[in-house]
Amino acid sequence: MKFGIVSFPGSNCDDDALFAATETLRQPAVKLWHKDHDLQGSDVIILPGGFSYGDYLRAGAIARFSPIMREVAAHAQRGGPVIGICNGFQIACEAGLLPGALMRNAGLQFLSMPVTIRVENTGTHWTSRCHAGQCLTMPIAHGEGRYTVDSETLEKVEGEGLVVFRYVNALGETTDAANVNGSLDNIAGVRNVAGNVVGLMPHPERALDALLGSTDGLVLFESVLAAVHA
Amino acid sequence: MTATPRAGDPVISAALVAEHGLTPDEYVRLCTMLDRTPTFTELGVISALWSEHCSYKHSRPVLKTLPTEAPYVLQGPGENAGVISIGDGLAVAFKIESHNHPSAVEPYQGAATGVGGILRDVFTMGARPIAMLNSLRFGSLDTPRVRFLVGGVVKGIGDYGNCVGIPTVAGDVMFDASYEGNPLVNAMCVGLLREDELIRAKAEGIGNPIIAVGARTGRDGIHGASFASEDLSEENEAKRPRVQVGDPFTEKLLLEASLELIQSGHIVAIQDMGAAGLTSSSAEMAERGDVGVTIDTLKVPVRESGMTPYEILLSESQERMLVVAIKGREDEVKKILFKWDLTAEVIGEVIAEPVYRVTEGDHVVAEFPGVRLVTDCPQYHPEARESDEAVARRARDVHAVPEKPEESDPAWTLERLLEAPTIASKRWITRQYDSTVRTSTVMGPGDGDAAVIRVRGTTKAIAVKTDCNGRYVFLDPRVGGRIAVAEAARNVACVGARPMAITNCLNFGNPKKPEVFFQFREAVYGMGDACRALGTPVTGGNVSLYNENPQGAIYPTPVIGMVGLIDDVRHITRSSFATPGLDIVLLGDNTGELGGSEYLSWIHGVVAGAPPACSLDGEKALIDALLEGIGASHVASAHDCSEGGLAVALAECCIGNEDHPTGAQVDLSPWAALPLRALLFGEAQGRVVVSTANAQALLAIAARHGVPARVIGTVQSASAGFTITVGPRVLRAATDRLSTAFHTALPRAMKKAAAEVVERDPALAGGTR
Repeated sequence: MKFGIVSFPGSNCDDDALFAATETLRQPAVKLWHKDHDLQGSDVIILPGGFSYGDYLRAGAIARFSPIMREVAAHAQRGGPVIGICNGFQIACEAGLLPGALMRNAGLQFLSMPVTIRVENTGTHWTSRCHAGQCLTMPIAHGEGRYTVDSETLEKVEGEGLVVFRYVNALGETTDAANVNGSLDNIAGVRNVAGNVVGLMPHPERALDALLGSTDGLVLFESVLAAVHA
Repeated sequence: MTATPRAGDPVISAALVAEHGLTPDEYVRLCTMLDRTPTFTELGVISALWSEHCSYKHSRPVLKTLPTEAPYVLQGPGENAGVISIGDGLAVAFKIESHNHPSAVEPYQGAATGVGGILRDVFTMGARPIAMLNSLRFGSLDTPRVRFLVGGVVKGIGDYGNCVGIPTVAGDVMFDASYEGNPLVNAMCVGLLREDELIRAKAEGIGNPIIAVGARTGRDGIHGASFASEDLSEENEAKRPRVQVGDPFTEKLLLEASLELIQSGHIVAIQDMGAAGLTSSSAEMAERGDVGVTIDTLKVPVRESGMTPYEILLSESQERMLVVAIKGREDEVKKILFKWDLTAEVIGEVIAEPVYRVTEGDHVVAEFPGVRLVTDCPQYHPEARESDEAVARRARDVHAVPEKPEESDPAWTLERLLEAPTIASKRWITRQYDSTVRTSTVMGPGDGDAAVIRVRGTTKAIAVKTDCNGRYVFLDPRVGGRIAVAEAARNVACVGARPMAITNCLNFGNPKKPEVFFQFREAVYGMGDACRALGTPVTGGNVSLYNENPQGAIYPTPVIGMVGLIDDVRHITRSSFATPGLDIVLLGDNTGELGGSEYLSWIHGVVAGAPPACSLDGEKALIDALLEGIGASHVASAHDCSEGGLAVALAECCIGNEDHPTGAQVDLSPWAALPLRALLFGEAQGRVVVSTANAQALLAIAARHGVPARVIGTVQSASAGFTITVGPRVLRAATDRLSTAFHTALPRAMKKAAAEVVERDPALAGGTR
């Protein structure tokens, strides 16, 4: 199974995603240049973290116009798996692949720390190997991660089970203190209706090695391997 | 050819010369070198190159005494960064640099561009940056101005490093009134490269084109290098335009493009246009290659029209590089830069004639006799004399300082020290830095005495730390210089790394004052002593003088950036206790010294006494014993004793990991004869607190190395609390009280800052719901 990792100018987690695919998962992977028009046969697309176009104007707002994004959207339309991580989540929202938007953290500060998130929905390509309510610990590193959505869409997001992850405390409870960036309803990640596209602010690719503190990100990648092979 | 003035150039007058920071003697020296009156452009070039910042004219003779060699040193001082081999064909490039003056007037941009500059110094060696560190010094957090500086500097560092995608993993932050008005912002970068891809900034090959790449040149930062070479004063607010503005997004593109360029084999040299911009980068590259260069300022890509050669040469616009390419490969070079949406223009050529020539089209506006431009720079041997004040402070009997009534309970003192900003948890700062990007950070901020970055594809890891206690250096520069190196070495040893080499950032006051130059000379001698004893050569660094404000000079602060090597990631060791029941062993001995301590300064406002003695043989033996113990898996955790002494070190072992605190039961009765507060809070050197499951084996190793060692207690659960017994005296505290003091001090202090900003600009309040 081939991973395609999009490199926008300013992406800085593209190498980490590449290592996740090749070293941890032992799968072929290729970096996709933002100016290209070809996914090079990739089965799975990762929109990695970073500061595409310097986050100028608004995080993800310029990257969505990159030529490669047309191909990514078509891939998603065909039901191909896509994950947007951090800046990739922001880009996926800007591109309309996922509902909602990411605003500046409530505390107005960049936050780099481990968080715990609870799996709310296992009906996606990226969480099929999780069990509902499973708690995962992985790092966040963002300044604009406060998830928000208009009230009408929120009804749909909550009503149709499009919330995939929520920030929780060590006991798995959605407290205000656990909601580090002030996201609406503690939302840390969402899916599209079909379940092939998922976006989240935490970094599963930084939680694949016990040496670095957590292997909780692995289950997301195992899920997508299972989904594609199925 | 000879240079002639441009139409409109100001006439060279004594006043103009003085304005450019040249002494009358230096001006004569310049005229002698040229054998004529300089043009305005030439005067500008020389004012930058002969500034303290670029020329090291007061510091060079002293710096030459530092040891710089070891079999594994691939590149010592004199390049963009030092480089050491770590085996497996891999090498580490590293360097530290100051951005103090810009940060004092414009903290956000000053700190951000400091990070940018040091990143470029490392990737121009062909290395991919893998870690950033910062050594920061501020005045007292009680003043709003200091809180404003802290907020701005931290955000500047974070925004830049986070965007480029290099983890900021370690550093040190201290607060003392001596830094009021003149904060220190020192940034260090560490990069990884293959030994065979090491590239140097040496212009070579007659006829090779010189190419300006990266961002365009604007009018920002003109005379930044000269600004950094004078005392800060009230008028510095007016010099705000000399501070550059950074763009981390362009830096990220430039980083990728530069590494691609180096790997392409199309270029022979590359250098950052940093301090003094195009002037110093081109002059230094020519000097290293012993060749001439010619540059046409009309060909330099500019951001605004009408820029004079003077402005183009002296601009410090950020994110620019100077490249010497192989003749005929110009198009290939441009193609790589264009891929990353960056500019690249041929602006000059390497020539055989030994001259440094700048033209504006056909008009020669500056021409110097070759390498003499750099080598003929004046050198000074200023007078050095210790101040009477320092002698008097050192001689004071600090044991006579009366205790406060509250100190009858040493737990009170311990809590106060844990909330001292210099000691308290720096998490409020470090969580604004992305420390986990690049997925190699094994230990980040607060996890251990140093940060640890794994080296992919090997079993190895790199340990890094910055350190310097300026108060010790102030009280006794020679001893303080030794301790700065020894403590940094001890820190990397505590995480399981063999100390390898250092970079240094020497922050001092005005060298023309005899007492300041004394501090400088003695501190450097002290560093040299320690570097020789510990086998850690100096591979480069930076000197920042004139760190003064109207209140006087800062504490002399020679910041050490230490790099250590861990052969096997299995031996990485954390600082916090993790397992109740383990024995606590003290490696090293308690002495009863109290001078120069954080205790005296924070609790009593007293800066006096001799700083603790530093036995370099003892430090070497301690490091060897510790590393042998760690290698034999006898060490579960290791934490050195520094500010706050043994009691604070033990408390930090219990509460450092906020999510998993422990308690401790410690008995120091064997030292009951020492003054209690000196035993608990004195800062005797050469001590490490270890937790171990095999104390006997560890004590045997220590004995073999001649290191004093003793079991002093056991790790307890957090609920059992924290107890130190000394004969009849007992310090008893609840773990959560200590934890609260340690972890909430900085956020509480900085919360005031946020409130102040909102007060000034109510519009901001809207976003903070």
